[in-house]
Amino acid sequence: MAIFFIFIFLPFLSAILVPFLYKYLNRLVHTGWFVLLAPLFILIYLLQYIPSIAAGETYQYTLSWIPTLGINIVTYVDGLSLLFGLLISGVGVLVIIYSIFYMSKTREALHQFYVYLLLFMGAMLGLVFSDHLLVLYGFWELTSVSSFLLIAYWYERKSSRQGALKAMLITVIGGFGMLAGFIMLIMMADTYSIREIIAQVDVIQNHALFIPAMLCILLGAFTKSAQFPFGIWLPDAMEAPTPVSAYLHSATMVKAGIYLVARTTPIFGGSSVWFWLVAGVGVITLLYGSLSALRQTDLKALLAYSTISQLGLIMSLLGVGSLAVYFGPGEKGSLFTVATFAALFHLFNHSTFKGSLFMVVGIIDHETGKRDIRYLSGLMQVLPVTFTIAMVGAFSMAGLPPFNGFLSKEMFFAAMTELTHVSAFGLDRLGLIFPVIAWIASVFTFVYCMIFVFKTFGGKFHPEKLTRKVHEASFGMLFAPIVLCLFVVLTFFFPNVLGKYILIPALTSVLPMMPISSTDLKISAWHGINTELLMTIGVVVLGFLLFRTAKRWIRLFRNYPQTLTLNHLFNKALPSMEKRAASLTNRYMTGSLRHYLSYIFSFFVMLLLGSLLLNYGLKFDFSNDASITLFDAGLVLVMLIAALTVLLTNHRVVAIVALGAVGYMVSMFFVIFRAPDLALTQMVVETVTTVLFLLCFYHLPKLKKDIERIPFKLSNLIISISVGLTVTLLALSANGHKLFEPITAFFERAYELAGAKNIVNAILVDFRGFDTMLEISVLTIAGLGVYVLIHQRSKRRKQDETE
Amino acid sequence: MKPNNVILQTVTRVAVFIIFTFSIYLFMSGHHQPGGGFIGGLSTAAAIVLLYLSFGIEKVRENIPVDFKKLAAVGVFIAVGTGLVSIVYGQPFLTQTFGHVNLPIFGDTELASAMVFDTGVALAVIGTAVNIILSISEDR
Repeated sequence: MAIFFIFIFLPFLSAILVPFLYKYLNRLVHTGWFVLLAPLFILIYLLQYIPSIAAGETYQYTLSWIPTLGINIVTYVDGLSLLFGLLISGVGVLVIIYSIFYMSKTREALHQFYVYLLLFMGAMLGLVFSDHLLVLYGFWELTSVSSFLLIAYWYERKSSRQGALKAMLITVIGGFGMLAGFIMLIMMADTYSIREIIAQVDVIQNHALFIPAMLCILLGAFTKSAQFPFGIWLPDAMEAPTPVSAYLHSATMVKAGIYLVARTTPIFGGSSVWFWLVAGVGVITLLYGSLSALRQTDLKALLAYSTISQLGLIMSLLGVGSLAVYFGPGEKGSLFTVATFAALFHLFNHSTFKGSLFMVVGIIDHETGKRDIRYLSGLMQVLPVTFTIAMVGAFSMAGLPPFNGFLSKEMFFAAMTELTHVSAFGLDRLGLIFPVIAWIASVFTFVYCMIFVFKTFGGKFHPEKLTRKVHEASFGMLFAPIVLCLFVVLTFFFPNVLGKYILIPALTSVLPMMPISSTDLKISAWHGINTELLMTIGVVVLGFLLFRTAKRWIRLFRNYPQTLTLNHLFNKALPSMEKRAASLTNRYMTGSLRHYLSYIFSFFVMLLLGSLLLNYGLKFDFSNDASITLFDAGLVLVMLIAALTVLLTNHRVVAIVALGAVGYMVSMFFVIFRAPDLALTQMVVETVTTVLFLLCFYHLPKLKKDIERIPFKLSNLIISISVGLTVTLLALSANGHKLFEPITAFFERAYELAGAKNIVNAILVDFRGFDTMLEISVLTIAGLGVYVLIHQRSKRRKQDETE
Repeated sequence: MKPNNVILQTVTRVAVFIIFTFSIYLFMSGHHQPGGGFIGGLSTAAAIVLLYLSFGIEKVRENIPVDFKKLAAVGVFIAVGTGLVSIVYGQPFLTQTFGHVNLPIFGDTELASAMVFDTGVALAVIGTAVNIILSISEDR
């Protein structure tokens, strides 16, 4: 059991070692050779699971993390996670071999590269094996972070940083959405485990949060898998080193969204929203990606858009496959089970051929120094092996025999045409859209695949356009793409081996409710003349014609205005958001204290008066009030006059003295309300503060000393009157609401408890001595503050004089 | 040439003692009558300020060689210290106690630990008040 965790965390463990290996051994051996061991061990270890998983077994391992909160690292090995695990570790091995020859030992910061790469690999493994939703989310974010680091690997380039930032923003927004969806799922099912949630699917489907949770999770999946319209980060992520593009942006990370959709299909599948979103967005992405790929002149950008398009294909197949959940076991259901099977099959195929294609571009870039198809031509003569690999990969992508892309594309067409015979979800009217779009997109896919191969390798060789002397890449660089190409070809000839051992177990975990027999799902290269084959022939014929006439119409695409692209919108949206935010902040953060005070007071009034009125808190009860004496009335009158004087006078000294008068009146109030201690203190303190005010007045700057009245402002008047009104109303209604007896009875026992006849003093020093202790501390700190302020200033002044 | 403040100085000499006495009275009576550490401290500070006013800062400083910043700190320490003593006796922080003792001259006298706490308050108030006023007056 522990062994499994050791293997899953092996990338993290070895990431710790990489900097040491780099520092001490890089001069002798390329660090990549050590790094290679981690995915190799994982691959070998995971291969052992194939027989037992194929026999229908699953494994679950638990590692305690935060057991009190029910958060544990639970890994679950079934067909789907094993398929992904094998892809991650297998392509990982090949990419690292490739990177050993691609990344220079001396010029590149290899320790950073491999640490990030290993972090990513570990995160991805953790993601696909997690059964715990929150742990899955943790690994999900870790893939976002490590891919951010990898995209910005050449951080001194501006475009790298921008690409990384864009990828980070979009995938993390999706990640947050996904987290929200996960939390809703957890709330609905009251468990963290995906398997237990799947078991409770009947409860969840009738829950009010079902659709919101689905939308949030799909947001996460679509952003990660670069679906329309979130795919814009993927082309910009091509600034990363090519091994990274090959690994992250073709074989692994972009399939995390696919994994998520496949994983949650048993929960959400069967709902019409799910079908339309997944299949619809997938098909739109397929078309959008293939059209955009045609516009590209940069080989990597072309491959990026083709990745988007192919991911859309897989996504749409998963959407169609979710119909199997709707129909349930039976003839109809098993027809759509084939769609899910095709999705998984194409997922595997895409990883193989797209990985090899990226590596091909890396080789071209490495050998010629150029990635732009306008500069490249006739490389067939100088790079024969690379050309073969590119041809195999691209023809497989285009869906030609004898490569594995042909098989999955046939199955794709079969699934799409099947949709026209469905009478659910409004498909009886709209079902035809799917095969038509799929077919058109496939034609364009064919065209860009041809462009990819024949614009770069066909035609005449022009060495004068290139800066370097071109020769075939070393065997080490060619090794990984050759292995991937072998898979491309072998899968075509022996698809059922792969199907039986890997894809069918994966299919059972995507559609656990379907009875799956391997005889139904036999992949055959030749299945008679049927619609799919005719469609493929149509694709090839029309695609070939379009390719031959490409010069005439491709300008249409290239001249498509930049301002209408999604990228442009995104690039416009960010600065305008920043500008809006800044202007909003500048509008209310004026720097004027008067404004801030008016905000504070308005809020105070709104909250207090509002809640008072809304909760019917305004109740007045004057029955317990004491009667008003002549003294009280007289004092209040004097205080009112003094307070008005403060407001209306146009002389500061008058205001200060009037304020002092108010203070003395307060102490008079203390006298007549029988609070001698307060009266004494108030008198002395009022004297001191008045003196200090006078001092401040004396030191006012001579300039502008001419005294003005307080300028009248209506808003100030309204705010101050409403504040006064609020406080008065609050005090009056609080006075009317005596919820319980006051606790003064306790303090009246002061003599027997504290030996003091003065209750006030007993409270101050005995009952509530803690407050007093802190108050004298405050006082002392204030005194020290005054001392420090004044002495610092006079010291500085003295320094200025001596200088 | 300083103005001659004979009358002020002479009155001060008498008045200061009266004020000191009154403030000590206020302080001591705080337990049973209006008064206490705060007002007692403030009126002591008032007497000291009167001395400053009539005799000048330097002269008073020679005769009352007290650093008022330290006095304030000592006051806070005393207040906190009384709290700590109660911890030593296993009581909650700041538990006050009192008792009646038969002293030789005063007879039956009530002694309360709160008085010590109040002393701390008074010292802190005196120190702070004088400190603020001195700081401001020295600001040229």
